[in-house]
Amino acid sequence: MDLHLVWFGLLGILLAGYAVLDGFDLGVGILHPLAKSDLERRTFVNAIGPLWDGNEVWLVTFGGALFAMFPEAYATVFSGFYLAFMLLLFALILRAVSLEFRSKVEASGWRTFWDGGFFLSSLVATLLFGVAVGNAILGIPLDARGVFAGGFLDLLRPYPILVGLLAVALFAEHGAIFLYLKTEGSVQERLGRWMWHTWGAFLVLYLMTTIYTLIAIPTAVRNFESHPWAAAIVVLNILAIANVPRALFRRKYGQAFLSSTLTIACMVALFGLAIFPNLVVASDDPARSWTIYNAASSAKTLKLGLWIALVGMPFVLAYTGIIYWTFRGKVVLSEHSY
Amino acid sequence: MDVVLLSRLQFALTIMFHYIFPPLTIGMGVVLVWLEANYLRTREPIYEQAARFWTRIFALNFSLGVATGIVMEFEFGTNWAAYSRFVGDVFGSALAAEGIFAFFLESGFLAVLVFGWDRVGPRMHLFSTAMVALGSIFSSVWIVVANAWQQTPAGSHIVPILRDGAPWVVNGETMMRAEITDFWRLVFNPSTVHRLTHTLIGAFLMGAFFVMSISAWYLLRGRHLEFAKRSFTGGLVLATVASLAALVSGHLQAENVYRTQPAKMAAMEAHYRTGPGGLAVFGLPNDAEHRLDAAVEIPGLLSWMLTGDGSRAVLGLDAFRPEHRPPVVVPFVSYRLMVGSGFFFIALTVLASWLRWRGSLFRARWLLWVFVFAVVPAAIANQAGWIAAEVGRQPWIVHPPVARDAAGEPLRDGDGFVAYETAPVPMPDGTVRTMPAGLLTTDGVSEAVTSSQVAASIAMFGVIYLLLGAVWVFLLNKKIQHGPVED
Repeated sequence: MDLHLVWFGLLGILLAGYAVLDGFDLGVGILHPLAKSDLERRTFVNAIGPLWDGNEVWLVTFGGALFAMFPEAYATVFSGFYLAFMLLLFALILRAVSLEFRSKVEASGWRTFWDGGFFLSSLVATLLFGVAVGNAILGIPLDARGVFAGGFLDLLRPYPILVGLLAVALFAEHGAIFLYLKTEGSVQERLGRWMWHTWGAFLVLYLMTTIYTLIAIPTAVRNFESHPWAAAIVVLNILAIANVPRALFRRKYGQAFLSSTLTIACMVALFGLAIFPNLVVASDDPARSWTIYNAASSAKTLKLGLWIALVGMPFVLAYTGIIYWTFRGKVVLSEHSY
Repeated sequence: MDVVLLSRLQFALTIMFHYIFPPLTIGMGVVLVWLEANYLRTREPIYEQAARFWTRIFALNFSLGVATGIVMEFEFGTNWAAYSRFVGDVFGSALAAEGIFAFFLESGFLAVLVFGWDRVGPRMHLFSTAMVALGSIFSSVWIVVANAWQQTPAGSHIVPILRDGAPWVVNGETMMRAEITDFWRLVFNPSTVHRLTHTLIGAFLMGAFFVMSISAWYLLRGRHLEFAKRSFTGGLVLATVASLAALVSGHLQAENVYRTQPAKMAAMEAHYRTGPGGLAVFGLPNDAEHRLDAAVEIPGLLSWMLTGDGSRAVLGLDAFRPEHRPPVVVPFVSYRLMVGSGFFFIALTVLASWLRWRGSLFRARWLLWVFVFAVVPAAIANQAGWIAAEVGRQPWIVHPPVARDAAGEPLRDGDGFVAYETAPVPMPDGTVRTMPAGLLTTDGVSEAVTSSQVAASIAMFGVIYLLLGAVWVFLLNKKIQHGPVED
């Protein structure tokens, strides 16, 4: 068994798990300004109240697993994107405390401040994730040691920014459907419209990104030529995207949410296919790229990590299930809510 | 300032702020489980009221711990990339295990703990509370395992990084890293158990003193008396046991540090010259003259505590190569702050327990006032212990084990200094050099990061953490003023 390949797949699952789960709560943050009254804003925040923290753990675990299994890639990316990661950290801190703090004082200035923090941090974090993905596909300059050899502005190129916007639209759509399922009344009506708006914005950006990738980044489609089966994921992705309006039209909102979930999972898979077998693409000299082989820990660690994952993941899935089941249904505000 | 110093400052700043919260939540978790279990057993509403009140404060502390904790995981990669490349194979596993075994558990069940009062029954709620407490303890287990390995590496070896089957050489230098050889020896490396016990005891003390501080304040104000008495008593039991345990564990830990990292012990005691040593109760380390000024010493006690014989020689800083000696002042002072606080806790909790048993504790207003403020030395002791451990580890980021002969005596190098275990480094020309089986802090920093970038991020962290600290204190005060009564 090729452990490197297995770990590439497992990292993909962790990343997809993160994007799907934190995707909707980041989306709720991006849509937060749509809530008109304090009651609506509380409804928004409490829709994700019990869930967002557990969702974020997927990112923490993804980071930990990347560190453990592919330390060279982890070190290169994190130190290379230094300012971007610092910005991401501030966004994640601000987001966590905005959620925690906003309800604690009943003054409109206080709440407006933390509402702003929640919106801004969700938007910035999503944008940065997209920019990071775009840069990973495009490649970055690396030196002979495999260390990032560029500057911060090298990361702000048109393609990564386009992918960043794509991520914002996708998470907003995902969050809008999630919120629709959790709300009632006039706010739900408004969200009904926003499901369409965000889906439309996503579709436009999706087409632009696809065309850009096909024309300008030949390395990203190389794997599709050598592995024709990968086209099935593209087809699945298109079907999932197309099923969202179909399900909305037929008022099957649960199905629409599953479709946006599948869309995100497919996009993560496509991202993996675009870079495989690389983890960090060297833009100037392909021989310097960090692949799943030269960036990896020893076989012993890869195997050990697999044991840890095999023992741990069933528990993780079990209590994720318990939590989601406990907090199923429409948002009910009580004294314990945010 | 250079990148290394700035990165160390940034790490110190971010982890010290972060480390306010985990000990609080670990300690409070125990108190919460105790309160809810009592509620299930007796069905007295006072316990439920207490559990709900402390849960609200717990959640506030927990969310700050989570928000500042994610920084730590990122910083290994952002600021210490070379270190991450070197230790990823070993250290990363512990970090990933923490994610899978601990974080999911605590953050998942935290939702039930905070939002689930009306959604689940009291049994499920107690179960969730216990899972959160357990998760936070698991978390500390893996973090301490990773840290202990940095102090006393075991179950691993340092080898060249291979590329196409041959050592990878960049600009004439062979790339090296640590790799796992034995997972369980890594987990139970020579300092894990001592370190973990001592850290957890420190966390229990922190949680207990925090609970007692707020309870004592209510008692002094004559508010929520029944609630405050029960909470205080629970905290006092935990704190008394923990402060006595800290003494035993601290002594064992000191012996262990001397056995595994004698240079650190020498720095913590400002023991400059190898020879029999007294225990300095007070002193001013004089680095220029290599002596302790104005020392108030108990003769022979250091030798007796570390070796069991008051006249035996203890390795001093002069036994180590000058470039391998840790700084002295910071470990010396912080170690004394920790130990001094520990003796203060023993005196305080034993006295209070005795008065509680006699039934007069809650009338001793002066003592309750002491408890209101005793949470400060509890926090200081936790921070100081960490500082002594980490600054005392310098100049190493991964401390090489001392090389010893068959009898366990330290080996000396050609110049008569204590020798460290080594790793062979194959050179491109076919020769083999050796390096100490560790990593210097200066070699762990990120190559791609400039000092201005780090300085900018320190400034931003400083501003954000000051803001968070202020809001935290403000909200904590608000909750305490509001009290345990539901609206």
